[in-house]
Amino acid sequence: MLSIESFVAISLIKTVIALFVLLTAVAYTVWLERKVVGHMQNRWGPTRVGPFGLLQPLADGVKFMFKEDLIPPHVYKPLYMAAPMLAVVFALTSIAVIPVGNSISIGGIQTSLQIADVNIGLLIILGVTSLGVYGVALAGWSSNSKYSLLGGLRASAQMVSYEIALGLSLVGVLILSGSLSLREIVDAQSGTYWGVLPRWNIFPQFIAFFIYLMAAYAETNRIPFDLPEAETELVAGYHTEYSAMKFAMFFMAEYANMITVACVASLLFLGGWHGPRFGPPLLQAILPVFWFALRIFGFLFVYIWIRGTLPRFRYDQLMAFGWKFLLPLAIANLVVTALVVAIQS
Amino acid sequence: MPQNYIPIFIFIAVVGILIPITLLAAKLVRPDNPNRAKLSPYECGVDPIGASRGRYTVRYYIVAILFVVFDVETIFLFPWAVKFKALGMFGLIEMLIFLAILVVGYVWVWQKGALDWV
Repeated sequence: MLSIESFVAISLIKTVIALFVLLTAVAYTVWLERKVVGHMQNRWGPTRVGPFGLLQPLADGVKFMFKEDLIPPHVYKPLYMAAPMLAVVFALTSIAVIPVGNSISIGGIQTSLQIADVNIGLLIILGVTSLGVYGVALAGWSSNSKYSLLGGLRASAQMVSYEIALGLSLVGVLILSGSLSLREIVDAQSGTYWGVLPRWNIFPQFIAFFIYLMAAYAETNRIPFDLPEAETELVAGYHTEYSAMKFAMFFMAEYANMITVACVASLLFLGGWHGPRFGPPLLQAILPVFWFALRIFGFLFVYIWIRGTLPRFRYDQLMAFGWKFLLPLAIANLVVTALVVAIQS
Repeated sequence: MPQNYIPIFIFIAVVGILIPITLLAAKLVRPDNPNRAKLSPYECGVDPIGASRGRYTVRYYIVAILFVVFDVETIFLFPWAVKFKALGMFGLIEMLIFLAILVVGYVWVWQKGALDWV
């Protein structure tokens, strides 16, 4: 058993590393998006800053720091200041319970590749990500501007609507794995069906995966569900009145949420860090993390692909899709899963 | 184990310190020369007309109420799903009854037109 000091110290080190990796990943997701969407639209995307525009995120960060930050006199200042911070804190916090691989030992200390190994990890992720709606709603309301208010209202209504479908789509996975701990859900997916097909939840739960995908896109306000920031009608939605670093925080929150969604999809449906392991011991230790990162990359790529492909929904279509299609489908999937599992056992 | 939750609070503390520091650092280096046009609410360069917090459709409230109803239901389903295999046939039938009651409510809401967004 570790002493309390070393426990806190290890947690701090893991926190700092995770934050560094996550923020870098956020920055390079933006780069990836600009690059991929650029190529899909027959453009080059960023090319000037560094090789392949790889230093573009740094340049953007510097620019965000040095831009004038206007706080208009018509805003309600306490909430206006708090909203971007809340958005980014809630968006980043869920990474604290996400495991990225099995435990490793460095210098004789055995530690898991996860900041907080709790047995209700999935519940914490759902709770923390649903708190993200506060940042959006408060930003829209406190800005005291028509576009912000409409964007904030739309975003709140959309996020709460799709949260139900999102939650229900995960119930099927919980029935199969019988645990809320992300680590145990991943462990339940090891092995294969009939010796060939990996035992990932996506195969028995492909309808749930589809519902999760749609609901997650809507939760993160991404195309084709980016109604809250529909440029053609709402300028920029809930962050119209924000500039410089505060705008950057909403931006970071959006991309951090995308990464969280990708992590949860990989852990719950795509088998987490399972994959072939070979080579020397060091490679064996790193490979699971690599497979996990590969899945996240693939998921983010699909995000961007869909952004480059699909147009935007209309708002009534968006609400009808969530309430009249995804919700009954999720309930049906849940009942069928329960019946099949009950018959099998 | 309760001590497993401590790292989450450490994480929140680190983020909660880091974010205001970033904002303060930006405050030290950025220029600050506002004028009237910059500070007016953004309405495409036109002076704003009317109150910015006008009336908006009642459907947002309906969505909020429906969310509370269905989200509580989802939360009920989570512990049931985790313990599904241990509960056996009793748990299955119990939850089917619960879902049936809920579906009746859902159909009623649909019939009433609360899910239509016009």
